[in-house]
Parts: sequence; C-alpha cells; structure tokens
Amino acid sequence: MIEVTNLNKSFGDAHILKGVSAVFEKGKVNMVIGQSGSGKTVFLKCMLGLHTPEIGDISFDGRVYSQLNIDQKRLLRTEIGMLFQGGALFDSLTVEENIMFPLKMFANQSKEEMLHRVNFVLERVNLPGSNKKFPAQLSGGMQKRVAIARAIVMNPKYLFCDEPNSGLDPQTATVIDNLIQEITAEYNIVTVVNSHDMNSVMEIGEKIVFLKDGEKAWEGSNKDIFITDNEAVVNFVYSSNLFKKVRESYFKESK
Amino acid sequence: MNYLEHIGKYFMMLREVFKRPQKWKIFRETLFREIEDLGLKSLGIIMFISFFIGGVVAIQTALNVESPFIPKYLIGFATKRTMILEFGPTFTSIILAGKVGSYIASSMGTMRVTEQIDALEVMGINSLNYLVLPKLIATLLFYPFLVLIAMLLGIFGGWVAGNLTGLFHTVDYINGIQLDFNPFFIKYALVKTVVFAFVIATIPAYHGYYVKGGSLEVGRASTQAVVWTSVVIILLNYFLTQMLLG
Repeated sequence: MIEVTNLNKSFGDAHILKGVSAVFEKGKVNMVIGQSGSGKTVFLKCMLGLHTPEIGDISFDGRVYSQLNIDQKRLLRTEIGMLFQGGALFDSLTVEENIMFPLKMFANQSKEEMLHRVNFVLERVNLPGSNKKFPAQLSGGMQKRVAIARAIVMNPKYLFCDEPNSGLDPQTATVIDNLIQEITAEYNIVTVVNSHDMNSVMEIGEKIVFLKDGEKAWEGSNKDIFITDNEAVVNFVYSSNLFKKVRESYFKESK
Repeated sequence: MNYLEHIGKYFMMLREVFKRPQKWKIFRETLFREIEDLGLKSLGIIMFISFFIGGVVAIQTALNVESPFIPKYLIGFATKRTMILEFGPTFTSIILAGKVGSYIASSMGTMRVTEQIDALEVMGINSLNYLVLPKLIATLLFYPFLVLIAMLLGIFGGWVAGNLTGLFHTVDYINGIQLDFNPFFIKYALVKTVVFAFVIATIPAYHGYYVKGGSLEVGRASTQAVVWTSVVIILLNYFLTQMLLG
C-alpha cells in the first residue's frame, strides 16, 4: 500500500500540489486523473522521489520515504517499476539489453539466468523474439510493451505508469491497459496510473483520484464515476458528447 | 540563473560524478564504449587536421624566412615547437570541444528530455555517476594519446609539405626538429591535455544533463556547451602557460 499524506510542492511562486492525500491499494489499478496542468505528473514524480515535496509524506508499506537513508531509498527504488510516457527506453541498447539493464545493476544472477528472465517477461508482454531489435525499430505500442517488460523484470512491488496510452491507437491502448491490469492482479502489486484517457479510466480504474488545480477534488471507482454529482469530475470526464451519451444510457439502464 | 549559480551547480554535479560506481562490471563496459565513441571515433579527424596544419605551418614558416641569414633548419624547429606547445594540446582540444562536446551535450540532453535520465534515477541508479564518470575517465585516458599522435603527424605533415613544394630540404628539417629538444615541453603539453580533457567531458555533460524543454533546448544546450568549453579551454590555456612556462 502507498499512503500519501498532505503533499505540497511548489516551483518558485507556482504552488502545484496543495495538500494532496491518497491511499493506493495492492492488487488494484489506481488511477490519477485530471486536466493538463492539474499536477498529476508532479504528484507521480514526488511519489517516485524525482521531486522532493516541501510538506507531506509518502509511505510505501509503512516505510516513509523522507525518513529513509540513501541505501534504504536505493533499495526501495529497486522495488519500483516505472512506465514513462514515451517509454524512456535507452536508445543505444537493444530490447534485450534494455530489459536486462536493471538485472545487471542490481541482481546477482548469471547471464543465463538474466536471459531466461528477459525472455520470460518478453513473452509476458507478447513480444517474444524481439531481443535484438533497437527501440527505434519498434512501433510506439511495442516500445510501451518493452518498457512494461523492463518495469516488471525485477518483480516490483509498485508499478507507476505515466500516460501509458498517449500516442497510441485505441486498439493498442486497450492492449496496454489490459496488460497493466493483468500484471497488477497477477503479481499483486500497487499500480498507480496517471491518465486522462477516459477509455482507460472506465476500463481499468479500480480506484480513481481526481486532481484539480493541485488539490484532490474527488475519489472513487470507475463505477462511482457514472453516478457522481461532483461538478468538476462531470465536466472533465463527460466533456465529449460520446461520454455524455454513455452516461445518459447508464442512467436509463439503471432505472 | 547567474554565473555563480551555474558554477556552484557544476561543482555539485562533480560531487555526484566522483562517487564510487554502483557496479564495476557495468562501469568497465561503459568505459570501453565511451573510449570508442569519444576517443577512437575522433582519431580520423584529428589525424587529418594535424597532418595538414603541420604542412601549412612549415610552408608559411619557409615562405617567411627567405633571408639567406636565417638558417633553413628553423622551419623544422618552428613547426616542432608549434605542434608540441600549442597545436597538439590546445588546438586539438578546441576541435574535440566542438566534436565531442556537442555529442556529449546533445546525447545527454536527449536522454533528459526523453526521460531516460529519470528512468535511471527511478531504478535507483546515480545517473550522473553512471553517465559522466565513464566519459570523463575515457577522455582523461585517451586524449593524451590523441594529442601525441597530433604532434607527430603535424611534424610529419610539415616534412611532407617541404618535400612536395621543394621549399626546404629533409636534412634541414630534421636538424630543426632535433634542435634544442626539451622533454619538459611534452610534459607541459600533456598536463594541459589532461586538464582540457576534464573540461571537454564535464562542461558539455553539465549543459546536457540539466537541459529543460524539448529538442530546441537540446540544440541550444549543445551550442552553449561548445562555446563555454572553448572559452574555458582558452582561459585555462593562458593560466597554465603562465604557471608552467612563465
């Protein structure tokens, strides 16, 4: 479980996060949604330790990040898998080397063991046999899948995904969503996904935290989001005619 | 951000760079890759430029000492001194600042804007140490060899130019090369090279690592890296010359 308490972060005069608190549970796909500029990415980067909040704490199964020493932080980070918006694969390394990289750095395994693990996760993301390709030779969706493979290769306890569907076609986006959901359940990990893709939110958002102007404006599940009367959430989620109609038909059916 | 802040941030970066590598095996692999990228791949351009510059120096000296009272061996002497004292360490370093400096700044800048550096940090890797230390060690180890090759090829280029133009004889040129040879000048050149190698690896790394924005900013950082590396090399060249030869 990840527990975020009263998170505050500013950049100069801009107060980005204003006392955000949230709890992200194990085995669930937790989603952080909100408009561009609402503070989602800063929130995620604070949880990852890439930004240091001025006030507030982040606790990973009872381990408060700000109270850990450098070695403990480094150990904690080996338990974190991260899927970046653009994949963030290392351009100069092949798919195999990219996935093997965390293993080489932190796991004391033989080359054969590492290779076995790499092939296992590549099969898990449905990309067997692409070991020797470079990231530039892969499509956007394939790069995301390789990035997921790299994120899970160390058997993480926590998986973070920043806009996993950005730049993908709807079909590939669904494949990525399903993969994230399956991996979360399979490994029983805490998954936190930053997204403003409403398809994803409706499909896999088992817990949703809505941020508005750096504050938590609402939280609930993908079921609750249909019936909420929170104006900010309704305006954000049902801004398109398609989703308005989906909501209307949901109400009609439930009556 | 003012200059003092940049200087402070640069030294704070160096503090992270000089930490013990997290995995020696990975460090070794990266070091050899950097020696190839930053050193071996610069060999061709350095050989080409130094050979022709040596030739030009010899021809120009020959054309400017036409007086019968000035001995011809001074052509070889002047070419040798120019190549060892200035062209070898300083001019070669300026060329490398352009070639290697822009490569380091743009590759690290691209890693920054495509979140590859964030990916390293999230994995628990000291990204500065992992990315910059192998580059620094590679340049410190390899550039003295590059400079020695540049010196030798420059002197050789001078001899070839003399033979092709008939402006001086081989015997005179070789006498000039052997005249008043001071081994300290080689040491002086190598000391300068090591200092410049440090600058060539770290200043572009600073500009690339802390870039903010997109591809346009990466381009700007790359240009700034080359400019500042060149400026610092020129300034340090003056102070080192004053200290070592003055």
